[in-house]
Amino acid sequence: MNVAVPAIEIKHLSCLFRRSDALHDVSLTIPTGSVFGLVGLNGAGKTTLIRHLIGGLKAQSGTVRVLGEDPTLTPESVLARIGYVAEEDELPRWMTVGQLIDFMRRLYSEWDDSLCEELLEKFSLDRSKKLADLSKGGRARAGLLVAIAHRPELLILDEPSYGLDPIARQDILEAVVRTAGDEGRTVLFSSHLLDEVSRVCDTVSVICAGRILETLPIQDLGDRYNEIVCEFVSGERMPPTIRGFFGWQNRGREWSVAVDRNVYDSELSIRNALSGASIQELRPISLDRWFAARVGDPQSSLESADATPEVVS
Amino acid sequence: MLLHITTDGPPIYQQIVDQIRFRIVSGQLSAGDELPTIRGLAESARVNPNTVARAYRELETEGLVEKRRTVGTFVAAGSERVSAAQRRRLIAPHVDRVLIQAKQLGISLDELVAQLSERNSQLDANQSKSNGESK
Repeated sequence: MNVAVPAIEIKHLSCLFRRSDALHDVSLTIPTGSVFGLVGLNGAGKTTLIRHLIGGLKAQSGTVRVLGEDPTLTPESVLARIGYVAEEDELPRWMTVGQLIDFMRRLYSEWDDSLCEELLEKFSLDRSKKLADLSKGGRARAGLLVAIAHRPELLILDEPSYGLDPIARQDILEAVVRTAGDEGRTVLFSSHLLDEVSRVCDTVSVICAGRILETLPIQDLGDRYNEIVCEFVSGERMPPTIRGFFGWQNRGREWSVAVDRNVYDSELSIRNALSGASIQELRPISLDRWFAARVGDPQSSLESADATPEVVS
Repeated sequence: MLLHITTDGPPIYQQIVDQIRFRIVSGQLSAGDELPTIRGLAESARVNPNTVARAYRELETEGLVEKRRTVGTFVAAGSERVSAAQRRRLIAPHVDRVLIQAKQLGISLDELVAQLSERNSQLDANQSKSNGESK
């Protein structure tokens, strides 16, 4: 494994589906060893982006490199090194768990039988059971097993927890963490379940209407952005436009807003900028609030991109 | 080790530090006990391994644990000695909460201290009574 080559490198990728912009000038670098969270609302472009990574879609413009290769040119060698769990439950239901395993282990030269047995045990899966007869959580576990039993260098999970029960979600998160714990392995985790992302990911990217709005290390989130709760003395109905403030929301007279601490380095400067308001609270922002502020105010990310250098990974 | 991690509270590494510190200071873990491996704890708590590593570094800086190279992470021998200060630090937020509440209710510091010591002797009395009964 070459650590110098990023696990995923996307440059200026655009994709049009029948005139609508599914992806617009997406550039994204995911370093080897990272657990990367891709968050966005339904229809934001997460799955379209991931399809490009597994060779399912060819870049209309821009470039896509996965583990240093173009997945549409050398799909066999790329796919042998990655594990992929699709968003929809798309395993062949007529197969038994055992048949699925036998089929997959022939595809992967790196298949690890002892890991496979361990996972069967852990997930309480029975080889003789038909996939059609498993619960949704059971099929998700089977899909996960065949995605990780060859110890992939890159694990891609597209909304893995969607519609699953809490126990199945825990099993999936545990598998993500386990993969991440192996030196030099990379995980790309797409989700709109932000609590899962904030637990397991080290870096997060928010995608909205086919554009990457922002990418940053989760650890830096609370230092970089604060949430302010305030009330305007004059009882404003419309939020003001102030540089570095974005994602205004109100409940009655109280307003909540995100503020970029790269624009305002002291509390005093924030108070000055919000001089018409009394500030009730100023706290490190949560992932949920930051996400809501970004997708609710997509223009704001262009501004803060100007204010700061790109996140260097 | 079963940690309880929430994602709407303080940073996750801080929750790990607090919970392990509590176990050490309260004596559930004693000097020489081995902590789970970073990977093991990350898996069972379902958090990023880097977050656990950061929490362990913080505990190491506080002198509560020590890393023995290639062997693992252990509760430090001196952890009982530092624990007087640690214990004060653990109770500080609760003290703050009581003080703020008292201020809002208009209870003076003297009244509060009096109530604390009165309540303390009541608790002691109850405890010795129940101990006496069980014997």
